[in-house]
Amino acid sequence: MADKLLKMGAVGESDAIQAFRAIGAVAVPATTPDEVTQALHRLAREGTPVIFITESAARMAPEAISRYEQTMETAVIPIPGIKGSDGYGEQKVRESVIKAIGADILNQNN
Amino acid sequence: MAVLRVNPTRMELTQMKRRLVTAKRGHKLLKDKRDELVRRFIEIVKENHRLRKQVEEQLSGALKDFALASAVMEPGAMRQALLYPARQASITMDKKSILSVQVPVFKMDENSLSEAVLPYGLVDTSAQLDGAIETMTNTLPLLIKLAETEKTSSLLADEIQKTRRRVNALEYVMIPQFEETIRYITMKLEENERGALTRLMKVKDMLAERTT
Repeated sequence: MADKLLKMGAVGESDAIQAFRAIGAVAVPATTPDEVTQALHRLAREGTPVIFITESAARMAPEAISRYEQTMETAVIPIPGIKGSDGYGEQKVRESVIKAIGADILNQNN
Repeated sequence: MAVLRVNPTRMELTQMKRRLVTAKRGHKLLKDKRDELVRRFIEIVKENHRLRKQVEEQLSGALKDFALASAVMEPGAMRQALLYPARQASITMDKKSILSVQVPVFKMDENSLSEAVLPYGLVDTSAQLDGAIETMTNTLPLLIKLAETEKTSSLLADEIQKTRRRVNALEYVMIPQFEETIRYITMKLEENERGALTRLMKVKDMLAERTT
């Protein structure tokens, strides 16, 4: 497993993920909750270790994302879409900090 | 705290004492594990926070360039230009263990690190597209790094939560319970002993009375 070449995936609105297609990721356009969920599951089943998902798409399928949260094999990473960041990714980071430590420590340091 | 339902015998007492020692040792170990996990987590999450800001900034820029490029280009031309990517971005996944939490380590394949190659001819595409693709290519290593730290931090957060629950369960439930039970058994045994002693004294008195 260690040295197998694996692909990256991208899920989201077709405008945003075209950029990912250009750099060689497997881009799956998805704009409805069902499409997003399906795209995520498909990419994960194919063994894609890193899936980038636009923030607006990520908001559509919270169950699918939380399903891959605790598995090591698939990392679903929210990225800003074409309109820029709406804070979803940042919020996810904060959530995990609060879960682990019990308080949001990122605010005080920045 | 409720006393465990056990028979107040010496055997149970030694067993309880042994379990208390084990629980205390486990508690100390888990507490150390939790502290170390939290220390690592804070390091990783700070790195993650910094990376995310950087990536979001760069990516938003690149995506805006993309949007601009697609606005000036003919519809369809953009899709056509990007239909066949000239490069394959491949990564390798490795595992590493942080205090027995398995976390992934992503590495870019060396072939994917080469210069930005444009997957199209320059005739019917706009110059913005070239720039956007270049930015994307430069962001790629950061993206991979972000994926790694983000996954690691979420896995660590989960493990910290689990460990903290275990520590608290030991500290506030198991250990007081054992201590209470040990006290209960000791007191019961002492009481029995006192009872036996008084009984003996009484019998002795009665025997002495009979002989006189």
